[in-house]
Amino acid sequence: MSPPLIEARQVTRILPGEVPVTLVADINLAIGAREFIAITGPSGSGKSSLLYLLGLLDLPTRGDVLIDGRSTTAMTEDERAEMRLSRLGFVFQFHFLLPEFSITENVALPMRALGRLSARGITQRAEELLASLGLADHLRKTPDKLSGGQRQRVAVARALANDPPVILADEPTGSLDTAATAQVFGILRDLVIMRGKTVVAVTHDLNLAAQMQRRVHIVDGRLADDVQAQPPVR
Amino acid sequence: MSLVLTIAWTHVRHRARQTLVAIAGVMTGVAFSVMMAAMMEGSQDDFIRTLVDALPHISITDELREPSRQPADQIYAAAEFHGLKPNVRRPGIKNPMATIASLQGWVPGALTASVQSKAVLRFAGRNLTVAIIGIDPRTENEVSTLASHMRQGSLNSLYRSSHAILLGDRLAAKLGARVNSNITLASAQGISMNATVVGTFHSGFRATDETTGYVLLRTAQILERQTGIINEIRIRTNDPMQARLISERIGEQTGYKAISWQEAQEDLLSAITLRNVLMYTIVGAILLVASFGTYNIISTITHEKTRDIAILKSLGFRDRTIRSIFIIEALFIGLTGAAFGWVLGYLLTRGLASLEFKTPFSDYNHLPVLYSLKHYLLATAVALLSSVVAGYFPARAAARLHPVDIIRGAT
Ligand SMILES: Nc1ncnc2c1ncn2[C@@H]1O[C@H](COP(=O)(O)OP(=O)(O)OP(=O)(O)O)[C@@H](O)[C@H]1O
Ligand SMILES: [Mg+2]
Repeated sequence: MSPPLIEARQVTRILPGEVPVTLVADINLAIGAREFIAITGPSGSGKSSLLYLLGLLDLPTRGDVLIDGRSTTAMTEDERAEMRLSRLGFVFQFHFLLPEFSITENVALPMRALGRLSARGITQRAEELLASLGLADHLRKTPDKLSGGQRQRVAVARALANDPPVILADEPTGSLDTAATAQVFGILRDLVIMRGKTVVAVTHDLNLAAQMQRRVHIVDGRLADDVQAQPPVR
Repeated sequence: MSLVLTIAWTHVRHRARQTLVAIAGVMTGVAFSVMMAAMMEGSQDDFIRTLVDALPHISITDELREPSRQPADQIYAAAEFHGLKPNVRRPGIKNPMATIASLQGWVPGALTASVQSKAVLRFAGRNLTVAIIGIDPRTENEVSTLASHMRQGSLNSLYRSSHAILLGDRLAAKLGARVNSNITLASAQGISMNATVVGTFHSGFRATDETTGYVLLRTAQILERQTGIINEIRIRTNDPMQARLISERIGEQTGYKAISWQEAQEDLLSAITLRNVLMYTIVGAILLVASFGTYNIISTITHEKTRDIAILKSLGFRDRTIRSIFIIEALFIGLTGAAFGWVLGYLLTRGLASLEFKTPFSDYNHLPVLYSLKHYLLATAVALLSSVVAGYFPARAAARLHPVDIIRGAT
């Protein structure tokens, strides 16, 4: 059996300081292929913190995060960067696109950093990804010329650029209206169903969480509940 | 274009105004350094060349390096006698022809003899004390530039009458004397003679042009009552830089005091060294100030771009990549600034060289400048180095940023 895509082992993250703040404590979590996971919990419970740890944006104070069965705490910063580039895709609540670049260039950035494709192949793939998310008419525009929902779709396209098996999303619909929320959510779900990705999404929206296959509930930085609501998407 | 270049170029392009200001800073720094260096080194070269041209490279005189020992000292080592008349030593280089002939055998250069005298020059009721220099027109030519400074007459005009004299043009003007005027010379040795003005010269040195007259060796010897003796041998060496070495050997061989031009002008030469130190300090300061501009723009960009840096790092960009982005931006500013600086510096130097100028000591019409690739390369190297250093610190700080810190703050 192949190892989980991401595995958290006894992950604890404490912010040092005069009064140390515990963001998450003793989290054990295994994330496999083709899962559609919601991370829920009250505000300030540590959902974002957990996602950053799973996405190698932050380092645990104790415990370890394994990607493809490999310990990441033992890796160098450059090796973790390489992991983020090729094995993980991130979507934040705010789109976090580079304002000076067209959306095609934004999507091309991770591919260029990885350097596996030719310049032409990169542009072609970026345009295909954007077109598949309904942005074919906006390829040359800079992010400021797009709506919030459109930008978030660009962010999804960028997360998919290097074809990682996992997409981590922190409240991807948090700043969107109902219609745009439905559209972006649909896209994330399709990633699991159509493209066989695993999507881990932090959300406040219990409606959305209810439509997801697995729900991880966090309270006060601890794993309170981990339910498989439906059988894994096949 | 590579990824790093694309991002760097986008940054500087989107901050065109700040980038231009930084480039202008480097440009001004490089331009003024180049101009300063051209001017300083140009005037220095010109100065030395004038010095080397105007002065004998080596001057051999009969002065001893120490005062001559008096007979009483020679007999009684630690005695002091009062009321004794000092032994009068007949000054001068004895047997000059033999000395010159033996030096000519090995000294690489030309030699000429001269006799220094002082006389009161009388003309039309005016009296002026002047330096009278007895020369040999046949060899003087090869040693000094006097011949090229003649305004009227020539060195050979000295042979025209039994006592002929060449006057500095300012001296002649002061006296109101012209060619063919008859003047009277009275020496300290009590000799008085009539002489004919046969020419005037203009050396460019005011002091010389106002107080010097040239006569034949023989004439000066008569004024000094010293037939057969000369008191200076001047040498123009083929390579002026060898003068010091040659002068030492001459001193050893002849026992006379031989002074090279470097020794004679030691104060001036050390002033030049000081001037160079000063110049490089100023040039360095200019470039340093220019690098503050680079530092300013790079740190502004990194500051404004913290969010973008966090994004790039969260996507998986390495620290090294982030760092190179900003260092390349600094290099771009440095290189572009330097390139414009060359053009501006060259134009400034040209402008400076074309200025009409008058100095109190001489009468050059143009400021001497020196065009040297070395100046441009040096200024460029310093500009690039300071730009990269100025860019490095903000770049390193940017690369060290933790993306979560920014992302936490933004969400
Ligand atoms: N830099 C910090 N300094 C101090 N406390 C912090 C810092 N960052 C986060 N926290 C605290 O850590 C806890 C977890 O934060 P986190 O952002 O992970 O919560 P969250 O579940 O994502 O909240 P939300 O639903 O509001 O996004 C919160 O109580 C927060 O106040
Ligand atoms: Mg959060």
